[in-house]
Amino acid sequence: MGNREDKQKSIAEIARDACIGCEQCVGICPVDAISMDAEDIAVVDADACTGCRKCVEACPTSAITMSEGEPAEVAVPEPATEPAPAEAAAPPSEGPTPEVWVFVEHADGRPAAVSWELLGKGRQLAADLGGRVCSVLLGHQVDPLAKEAFAHGADTVYLMDDAVLAHYRTQPYLHGVVDLVQKYQPAIMLLGATTTGRDLAGAVATRLGTGLTADCTGLSIDPQTKLLEQTRPAYGGNIMATILCEKQRPQMATVRPRVMDMPTRDDSRGGEIVTEELALAEDAVLLRIVEYAREADTSAVRIEDANILVSGGRGLGGPDGFQMLAELANALGGAVSGSRAAVDQGWIEHPRQVGQTGKTVRPRLYIACGISGAIQHLVGMETSDVIVAINSDPNAPIFDLATYGIVGDVNEVVPALTRVVKTRLPGRGAPSE
Amino acid sequence: MLNTVVCIKQVPDTTQVRIDPETNTLVREGIPAIINPFDMPAIAAAVQLKETHGGTCTALCMGPPQAVEALQKALSFGVDRAILLSDRALIGSDTLATSAALAAAVRGLAEEQRVDLVLCGKQTIDGDTAQVGPGIATRLGFSQITYVGNIESVDVEARRLRCRRLLEGAEEVVDAPLPALLTILKEAGEPRYASLPAVIKGLRTEIPVWGTADTGLDPSEVGLPGSPTQVRRIFAPPQRERGEMLTADDGNPDRAADLLLDRLLADGVFEE
Repeated sequence: MGNREDKQKSIAEIARDACIGCEQCVGICPVDAISMDAEDIAVVDADACTGCRKCVEACPTSAITMSEGEPAEVAVPEPATEPAPAEAAAPPSEGPTPEVWVFVEHADGRPAAVSWELLGKGRQLAADLGGRVCSVLLGHQVDPLAKEAFAHGADTVYLMDDAVLAHYRTQPYLHGVVDLVQKYQPAIMLLGATTTGRDLAGAVATRLGTGLTADCTGLSIDPQTKLLEQTRPAYGGNIMATILCEKQRPQMATVRPRVMDMPTRDDSRGGEIVTEELALAEDAVLLRIVEYAREADTSAVRIEDANILVSGGRGLGGPDGFQMLAELANALGGAVSGSRAAVDQGWIEHPRQVGQTGKTVRPRLYIACGISGAIQHLVGMETSDVIVAINSDPNAPIFDLATYGIVGDVNEVVPALTRVVKTRLPGRGAPSE
Repeated sequence: MLNTVVCIKQVPDTTQVRIDPETNTLVREGIPAIINPFDMPAIAAAVQLKETHGGTCTALCMGPPQAVEALQKALSFGVDRAILLSDRALIGSDTLATSAALAAAVRGLAEEQRVDLVLCGKQTIDGDTAQVGPGIATRLGFSQITYVGNIESVDVEARRLRCRRLLEGAEEVVDAPLPALLTILKEAGEPRYASLPAVIKGLRTEIPVWGTADTGLDPSEVGLPGSPTQVRRIFAPPQRERGEMLTADDGNPDRAADLLLDRLLADGVFEE
């Protein structure tokens, strides 16, 4: 038997192809033995590593393993069983009945549909927590929206009605929401990932010092820990990450419009309204709105509202291809959209862009023409009811997502489809734009 | 005189990131690091403000030592000064901790001279959160004006500015006091082409590196200890079942189109 010094020490080893550069290991290493190299991949200083295994547990992609050998004496390997999470024993401040809050976004008295979509998801989460789902409604003379919140599933509406809140501004809304959260201590708060929702969520989370996860595509409750599992695309949609907020409350998340299902409306439902006063006078608000104009509904391009979208990508080869798509869209009574590649080329304007840096759409029919199916495009349209892919490359990733695929030249298939639609569905040609 | 700080981030070009189909892992080797494209309009706006109103324009970047390249590039686009915020204690910061670090650095700059405006891009292409801008504004108590398509006017005497915000299906013009934090949209413009002398100046300019100690940050506010969110799991997007291929054997597009319309009608796609 050799003595301990003769044995090789066990150190962390990093599988370079599995490292995603999240730096969790760097932050958690107690002896600063891990750093990021020029390619943003973690590297271990073998001399400094004590073999404590903390990085192995922290790594979300299991890219770290321990080399064979003995751990240094200072480090005791963690027991094989999972330690009980600290928050299970002492939950952070939450009200007695767990509440899931959904922010009601509105402008000109019109609600944003995402406020109701999130109530549907919020109801599921509340059921899994054994709690209730509540709408947070700030505004002026917004009683009809409270009724709509009940119709879409809210058990309770927290209402702050004040002329200062008539039009969304960060400062008074931040003030009101933070006061409500501190008084009622919800477990979870959800907002739409819209310009208003993101503007407010970032400010509220910072003021409360809590975690906020943007653009979640999946939300669920861990049955054991009762924590909110927040899943979102990262790196332009190339990977999915599940994120937790263990110690702070509320657990905050934003979700893009049309990602969650719209709940069935039930106008017979009622609920409890809890009214609170806004503790902020108009003269304390720094920002004034000088002008507000809603785009005329007739001229605005709203691909997100279209039932049928004919969408084009790099494979169209030029702006003329979009003229061809417009003819098919007209025959179908749909609208035209495009991929980032087509927008970057200037073939179609940015408000019609579908994808990670464009809009999320969920039409009944999405026809992808000459779109290869980069993941950043797919995340913007994958929840469409029926997806048709037309592409000359039989290996294009879009075919893996499509309900129906046609391998062929878009310049032949699209006009053929237009002819067939005009012949067999002559009544559909109502121009929608 | 108007003193502006523009916050930028160095990011991997996510449009070039691919999944290795064999191992189902992210291929990151050889992916270029670039200035977050959404930050470019903020750099352009900061330089434009300096040219119109006088004052200074400082680029601030938090990241690893190699992020100095992003700052060299910002200098070549016309910012006067660059600060790299880099410290091991910052590693693993989520958006809340990142906003704490950047806000502390802005406070540090404000000790030297008044800071009137902080400009950010609307979001980054790697995180896509749009959370750091509002975080900085909230911490500093600045007017928060997000999604700015155009800075309409700045009244340096009265210390107020007007911005046009572009929202979903609406636009608004807001009037707010300085100091303010703005997130800038690409409608505000791109930086001018960097001349060769400007590029050389960027490379030759000494870029100070600030750590937590320089900005008076408590290490518990940043890095993993200061981050309420943790990544629990990372996985490849779920694979889907391949759909039905309707390509006609003879490649006749009309037959494929006919077949497709049969399916769509059967699925009830066109029913009201």
